[in-house]
Amino acid sequence: MASYLLRRVLATIPVMLLVALFIFLLLRLTPGDPATIIAGDFANERQIAEIRENLGLDKPIFSQFFVWLGNILQGDFGESFFYKKEVSELIAARLEPTLSLSLLTIVLTVAIAVPLGTLAAYKQGSWIDRGIMGFSVLGFSLPVFVIGYALIYVFSVQLGWLPVQGYQRIADGVGGWLYRLILPATALSVIFVAFIARMTRTSVLEVLGEDYVRTARAKGQTETRVLMRHALRNAAVPIVTVIGLSFAVLIGGVVVTESVFTIPGLGLLTVEAVLARDYPTIQAVILLFSFIYVLINLIIDVSYTLLDPRIRY
Amino acid sequence: MDQKYVLEVSGLTVSLPKNADRPNAVEDISFTVAPGEIVCVVGESGSGKSVTASAVMGLLPDALRPTGGRTLLEGEDTLKAEKSRLRDLRGTRMAMIFQEPMTALNPVTRVGEQIAEMLEIHTSMTAAERRSRAIETMDAVHLPDPEKMVDAFPHQLSGGQRQRIMIAMALVLDPALLIADEPTTALDVTTQAQILKLIKEMQERRGTGVLFITHDFGVVAEIADRIVVMQHGRIVEYGDRDDVLRRPKAPYTQMLMASVPSMTPPERSAKTGETAVEVKALNKVYGKTGWLSKQRIVHAVKDVDLMLRKGETLGIVGESGSGKSTVARCIARLIDPTSGSISLHGTEIATISQAQLRPHRRKVQIVFQDPYRSLNPRRTIGQSLIEAPVNFGMPEAQALQMARDLMELVGLSGDALERYPHQFSGGQRQRICIARALAVEPEVLIADEAVSALDVSVQAQVLKLLDDIRVKYNLAMLFITHDLRVAAQICDRLIVMQKGVIVEHGPTRKVYQEPQHPYTRLLLDAAPGQGMTFGAEIAPAAAQGN
Repeated sequence: MASYLLRRVLATIPVMLLVALFIFLLLRLTPGDPATIIAGDFANERQIAEIRENLGLDKPIFSQFFVWLGNILQGDFGESFFYKKEVSELIAARLEPTLSLSLLTIVLTVAIAVPLGTLAAYKQGSWIDRGIMGFSVLGFSLPVFVIGYALIYVFSVQLGWLPVQGYQRIADGVGGWLYRLILPATALSVIFVAFIARMTRTSVLEVLGEDYVRTARAKGQTETRVLMRHALRNAAVPIVTVIGLSFAVLIGGVVVTESVFTIPGLGLLTVEAVLARDYPTIQAVILLFSFIYVLINLIIDVSYTLLDPRIRY
Repeated sequence: MDQKYVLEVSGLTVSLPKNADRPNAVEDISFTVAPGEIVCVVGESGSGKSVTASAVMGLLPDALRPTGGRTLLEGEDTLKAEKSRLRDLRGTRMAMIFQEPMTALNPVTRVGEQIAEMLEIHTSMTAAERRSRAIETMDAVHLPDPEKMVDAFPHQLSGGQRQRIMIAMALVLDPALLIADEPTTALDVTTQAQILKLIKEMQERRGTGVLFITHDFGVVAEIADRIVVMQHGRIVEYGDRDDVLRRPKAPYTQMLMASVPSMTPPERSAKTGETAVEVKALNKVYGKTGWLSKQRIVHAVKDVDLMLRKGETLGIVGESGSGKSTVARCIARLIDPTSGSISLHGTEIATISQAQLRPHRRKVQIVFQDPYRSLNPRRTIGQSLIEAPVNFGMPEAQALQMARDLMELVGLSGDALERYPHQFSGGQRQRICIARALAVEPEVLIADEAVSALDVSVQAQVLKLLDDIRVKYNLAMLFITHDLRVAAQICDRLIVMQKGVIVEHGPTRKVYQEPQHPYTRLLLDAAPGQGMTFGAEIAPAAAQGN
């Protein structure tokens, strides 16, 4: 187990290096002189030369890459052109809302989708099953901004129960944090509930036909425990996989939700950075997203060995 | 217990859904099981024997509904019992073990916990008490080192050990009735003998009544006190073991028993055809050493030499893990041998590349064990049959005509080419698989457990077909089987394999009458039902040589 963990962690290093290389080249391979792009339309020759020297652009491209990489490893992502602040500070400030929203969404999703999917599988062919699957198709087809605005209209504008937009730091009180996040998290979770409920139904259905489920019933086990202890446990690997991948997609997908609900997170930062051609910030955000993807995949792989003792690498 | 019987089934009828081929899965079933008695229910697939067992346990699928009769467990009708009452009875008064110990245990839960779960459901024992009781019971079913094994996962145990876990689980609460549904069918013959012995020992020691479901008359002869013979959902014969086995009255029982291949091989003259296949020093090693990973190497086949003549049937017998199928797959080059030589009519095929191999592919064909899974369900029989000949350059019209002829050769209608595999029975599908193998005019036919999944009456017919084909086309046939009765009847010569090595080799009759290696003797002794004489010889044609 320890050796497997070590091997898996070591295997992520070349992946991250490759990602870093691409992100580095993204700026360097953009048509034209990066220094000119960075300096903007109204810069003079002297300013451009200064930027070139600051960025080390006069050095060979390989040594540039390693200098850049070395800085990143020390937590130095450079300075944002647009905000005139350290990128690392900028991201640190924006990380909490995004992670809060993503985590709350995934918790909400799992808490709803897994029981729904299991119930649908157990009641296969009944009106409960058809109802859940019907909702699933609907949830799939509605774009997140439509759901978001619909929820705002009903709960904020009409009923006035929840705020229209904004974010409160968790340090300033969990109640207020939850109060402001619940609407965006619900909007965001609909599509994932649809997806994961469907996946859960499929894998639980498959497992319910297995011999050991019959064995559990032959033991006199109650139906609830047959489902929880024998069926769901064995159906877990594909379910955990889609939960992990959904989480990864989710972090990328908060861009739209953050825009709809005006939450000052990474999604909003990305939009602003792209519009402002703020290359250091874009680089850092992409790198961070990639790192989270790789990390989630690592966690998924490791969780397999915990869920199923037969899986050994 | 004042009841005379632990189980009294009377007039049990279970109806099938409307569109089924018959109205009832089982009809008017009546029999009894007394304490300390083993009653065998024997029949072929579709006879309703498993439905009967499930009805008693209350484990019938929703589509099947009991519509009449009673199943009295110690006087209490389980057909009428409430769901919660049924749950209370399961495990405590009646318990069940199943065919596949591989799949009947939950793969992600430790075996000790699975035994302890029974105690958790039905007793108020603490976790520590449950664990020590599980260990005790594992000891009682003679599992080695139960203190350690209690924390093992099912996949870490052998098939026989898993079935012992199932038995321990079933017996931990001392039920009055044990239902065993084909508990040894998936096991090797030597393991089967041990499990049968264990069931008998447990039943005698605890006075449990056992309802034992099987299709194997050898097992019946070994274990039964009384026998129920079922056909198409009805009981055709019911009586004491010796009455049924020695003086069967129902024509169906007589036919079944006549279909069981005899353990005595017929006299055969040695075949003298030219050499079709010659294998020398064949080795197959699985697994490799990876970076930072532990070394897991399996020497599946070790220095195997064999020779097969045209018109001859060479049997390879052995238990699971003996390497018999690996040898067959190497000869067909479905897998690449690690080292050694395989010569096909003088052409060396062990080491040549896939491209060079192509023209030789058609010369060796395989028929596999499971006729349900070896035909593509989305292609018609015709499409499956002409695929290979068309690949080797035959015009489609000619291939279709040949397919039609082959279907008739294997005893099916040539018009059936338009149909899909699911429209045929298991035996018919295996005939189709044989026709498909013959479509490319092979010189060597490998039958890899080709009759193992078939009912005994169908098995006899397919064996006869294989033997007829061998004679007709002067085929060299390699027959891989774990079934010593089948091997006795169809093979000219026999190879016995154990753990990848050939331990004995000789003419079939000689191997059975004067086994040299202790393992061969062990295998022959373990074959169930030795005391009974079953069946006729399957292939009288074989005795006359070619």
